[in-house]
Amino acid sequence: METLEHIAFDRRLDVLDMVYRARTGHIGGSMSCMDILCALYYRVMDTEKIKRGEADRDRFLLSKGHCAEALYAVLADRGFFPRERLLSYARFDTALAEHPTRKIPGVEAATGALGHGLSLAVGMAAAARRDGSPAHIYVLMGDGEQDEGSVWEAAMAAGKYGLENLTAIVDRNRLQISGNTEQVMPLSPLAARYRDFGWEAVECSGHNSEELVRALRLRSPQKPVAVIANTVKGYGSELMENKAEWHHLVPDEEQYACIRAQLEQRRGAVSRG
Amino acid sequence: MAKVSCRKAFSSELLAQARQNPQIWAMATDSRGSVTIGDFFKELPNQSLELGIAEQNAVAVAAGAALMGKNVFVAGPSCFLTARAYEQIKVDVAYNHTNVKIVGVSAGVSYGPLGCTHTSLHDIAGMRALPGLSVFVPADAVQTRFLTRWLTGYEGPAFLRMGRGDVESVYGEEETFQVGRAKLARQGSDVTLAACGECVWQALQAAELLAQRGVSARVLDFFSIKPFDEEAVIRAAEETGAILTVEEHSVCGGLGEQVARTVVENRPVPVKILGFPDSECRVGASADLFRAYGLTGEAIADQALRLLGKGR
Repeated sequence: METLEHIAFDRRLDVLDMVYRARTGHIGGSMSCMDILCALYYRVMDTEKIKRGEADRDRFLLSKGHCAEALYAVLADRGFFPRERLLSYARFDTALAEHPTRKIPGVEAATGALGHGLSLAVGMAAAARRDGSPAHIYVLMGDGEQDEGSVWEAAMAAGKYGLENLTAIVDRNRLQISGNTEQVMPLSPLAARYRDFGWEAVECSGHNSEELVRALRLRSPQKPVAVIANTVKGYGSELMENKAEWHHLVPDEEQYACIRAQLEQRRGAVSRG
Repeated sequence: MAKVSCRKAFSSELLAQARQNPQIWAMATDSRGSVTIGDFFKELPNQSLELGIAEQNAVAVAAGAALMGKNVFVAGPSCFLTARAYEQIKVDVAYNHTNVKIVGVSAGVSYGPLGCTHTSLHDIAGMRALPGLSVFVPADAVQTRFLTRWLTGYEGPAFLRMGRGDVESVYGEEETFQVGRAKLARQGSDVTLAACGECVWQALQAAELLAQRGVSARVLDFFSIKPFDEEAVIRAAEETGAILTVEEHSVCGGLGEQVARTVVENRPVPVKILGFPDSECRVGASADLFRAYGLTGEAIADQALRLLGKGR
């Protein structure tokens, strides 16, 4: 049986095609966050309820909006819009811009200016709680994004209001555009920092679906939950893995073939469920 | 008539509306005192959120709540709210077209004695440049109450800008307004004084002085900066032949430049823009600064005469 990890590799292949065809994109971070997106959209959230637009649906915000192509690949496969639309990624006048907008079915908010998503999520979670709604709010941030002061303003507010219906996930791939996160602006110990702000915080492998699903389902009374998902930038292709320049490099023909072969090989090595 | 501050008119009207409609929320940035919105927070705790001295977060939290169906008024000193949180207003409010009202109080030179950290002479320009965001600058308490009531029924992003102190009454309680239309505050045929905010009252004083000199001045109140009433400007250019603009804002990017662009593109006539120059603002009480920068009735009347070639 196909596992979540198989599905995530299929979506990574979609991303590779989108970026290669459009000659633009953020491939490294899209590869690192794909298992997180798949855990949410194929296991944790009720996507049919989201598609119906029900008021008490769970919400997901891609605060690291530059990895929109990863989200688009997942949304298309989950039936939010036809897969053919992926071909329009980053084209003239497309709805599928390099950062998501509300014009796209399944996208709750336009994001991509870093450091906004957690605040949006706090507003959503506070409103849902006061309405007595069972909606849970998930927000995915980059680790470089943690440099933004507004993230910590939001973290304080989430702690103050005890937003137990909020889960923030950090795609902890340890690389931002200029290099290692700890050299650009040290973040460790990230989980401890969230705990200091009144959160429940757990670390897990961001490429192990079982661990991810468990962490994403974790709830803590009167506390928001931070999931520090340890990931590898460019995951699935040795050519790209752990190389900062693949933040937004676009593969040439030879690199495309190499990345495709490596992703397929790694997909084949995943054990069946 | 007794002088009332616009912020008190805003907060009392918002509370009255929110009592009837639980979807109306207020958010503060340690600004409950400066906005005079403490009663709202006490009476309606489930419709209010205090977010501390953190404007960026407050504006985006407001947008998040709006995406869940709330009509959120996030209120604080305009100098901080519109500058510190500019990107959140641009992206989370305007670009996302969320039902958020940015309420900037103590704008312009309300905080004049505090120095230029606290002046807010940039905010009309900054907010005007954001697509989808409506911009309103009320002249007095009556107009503030009208706009507040209107905004509680309007679904979309907007910026409401007001000062701090008690202001003269320009309008009677029964006065009516139309969003997107300039309010004709005084009819006239020789020159037009186009103003917004507290400068409307100063423009009316100027019109009175001009009348004594035999000059008939029209006074147009552009409380609705966006949507903007271009027709009123074109008509004023055609019918009065000269336009003087007056605002408690930088001459860069405010009402004056909006009027000038409309005139140049449609019906070129002489235009003079009065406001605060593009330089560090002097320190002083609001009234002293209005005098120092030529925004009093007398100074406006003088400028109007000069524009008409009748100056001293």
